[in-house]
Amino acid sequence: MPGPDKRCTEDEVVAELRSGMTIGIGGWASRRKPMSIIRAILRSDLTDLTVVAYGGPDVGLLCRSGHASKVISGFVSLDTIPLEPHYRAARQSGSIWAEELDEGMFLSGLQAAAWRLPFLPTRAGLGSDVPRVMPHITTVRSPYPDPDTGEHEELIAAPALRLDVALVHQHRADASGNAVWLGEDPYFDDIMVRAAERSFVSCEKVLPTAELGEGTDVTHHSISRMDVTGVVEAPGGAHFTECLPDYGRDEAFQRHYAGSARSDEAWAEFSERFVQVDEETYRAHVRELAAAAEEGDK
Amino acid sequence: MSDPRRADVCAVAIAEAFRGDGESLCNPIGNLPLIGGRLAAATFEPHLALTDGFYTLIDNVPAVGLSEDERQAQRVIGRWNPYREMFGLLWHGRRHVMMGATQVDRFGNQNIAAIGDWHQPRSQLLGFRGAPGNTINHTTSYWVPNHSPKVFVEAVDVVCGIGYDRAAELGPTSSRFHEIRRVVSNLGVFDFVAAGSDGGDAVPTMRLASVHPGVSVDQVVEATGFELQVPEHVPTSRGPEGAEVEELERIDPGGLRFREVPDE
Repeated sequence: MPGPDKRCTEDEVVAELRSGMTIGIGGWASRRKPMSIIRAILRSDLTDLTVVAYGGPDVGLLCRSGHASKVISGFVSLDTIPLEPHYRAARQSGSIWAEELDEGMFLSGLQAAAWRLPFLPTRAGLGSDVPRVMPHITTVRSPYPDPDTGEHEELIAAPALRLDVALVHQHRADASGNAVWLGEDPYFDDIMVRAAERSFVSCEKVLPTAELGEGTDVTHHSISRMDVTGVVEAPGGAHFTECLPDYGRDEAFQRHYAGSARSDEAWAEFSERFVQVDEETYRAHVRELAAAAEEGDK
Repeated sequence: MSDPRRADVCAVAIAEAFRGDGESLCNPIGNLPLIGGRLAAATFEPHLALTDGFYTLIDNVPAVGLSEDERQAQRVIGRWNPYREMFGLLWHGRRHVMMGATQVDRFGNQNIAAIGDWHQPRSQLLGFRGAPGNTINHTTSYWVPNHSPKVFVEAVDVVCGIGYDRAAELGPTSSRFHEIRRVVSNLGVFDFVAAGSDGGDAVPTMRLASVHPGVSVDQVVEATGFELQVPEHVPTSRGPEGAEVEELERIDPGGLRFREVPDE
């Protein structure tokens, strides 16, 4: 039998969130981020959020806007602009509490939460400053002797990254939350929705379940409706991050975004035009910016 | 005969870091490391696996600096390798990565995370990225295009990639997969050996393995913020030879390497 209809809007997703929640955001760096939901959070009064992500502009925006007070990340980067300028400023001013994990350790933590385990053992982090500057990350000793040395090996116990809510962006979904990713990397969205109590999936297009797989194969059906609370149809919802093969990253817009970290005035101007507006106005302003750039090129 | 161009020497020195790796993933990060790694795969280390820079392991040696369309058209895919599979591969260990280093110390500890106190850094950099996991799981080398005492420091501000002192503290079982193979800079090549003639149990520290043509040993020592091991006879790094000359041109036809390391 099909699942219930879970379609909703970005603002309805945000109405389900509470200040102080721990929110996981899918994608990777500046790739396939659920930006239309992030934009709805930016318009809200939510505060004190803990954001958990392989971070990109999602993290930078939530730091700059003041909605996030804590960031747990595998890194925060815009890909073509390696250092996320707003996250960087937040770290240097001390306005947020940060946990920066080894990239693989982050996956172990996410997987532990999805499997309802308190931690998963990993070598990643041993000997590094990760457990020294974040001393809540500790080690566990193997109960089994090493077959070669007989030693009971000490490993990092990557703590479970349990999420109140996960927000991910997929290419296709049906109304009940079965979702399909296209492109070449699922990132960790499928694990993230299971690491969370509740998960919301935005997607480029909502299709009848029987048509979900068109143009791809079973290995891309990675998210089940069982793990999804709500579905948002959001064509272009990952803008300005990359969402291949549907669309690439809007590099010109990303540069404009990065420039908004230059001064309070630059941020105020960016915020007025691209943050404190509804999605329709945002799109109109993005088109205006692109048209102005084209005019400038002539 | 005039000296070979510095960027070409660096590319060859980087390629040499992967010599002997056989059938494993050669995973250099950054333009010159990518050029050097691909040079090794195209010449003396033909069974190396490479990545397309994103989500696949490839069995051919394309040029660097390709557009997205060219990258997809030119690759010969051996295996799908999305990020989750890359973690699987590196935890399995059949990989040699060459990363950058904002700071590196005599034991090979590397910092790319932050300058100053990590808790509120003076300058936030990349974060730990994969450096802790890389260095504890498989061979790692570093590329430094701007050799100076600000990079080659007495002690790094944040240990991301772990050096030989940290590995030694962990003991032989935990550190069994740790190896910092080589540091290549714009001035020379460096490896890690235990000081003293007998070696013994001493912790390996950085040694000057060769200077690039036109660079003096004194110049390297002066640009290094800690005491390097300097052997009595320091060889000179070689330039491209034989098929390497043509392959370098094919792999980097646009001369990206000369932008990263200009001629002296």
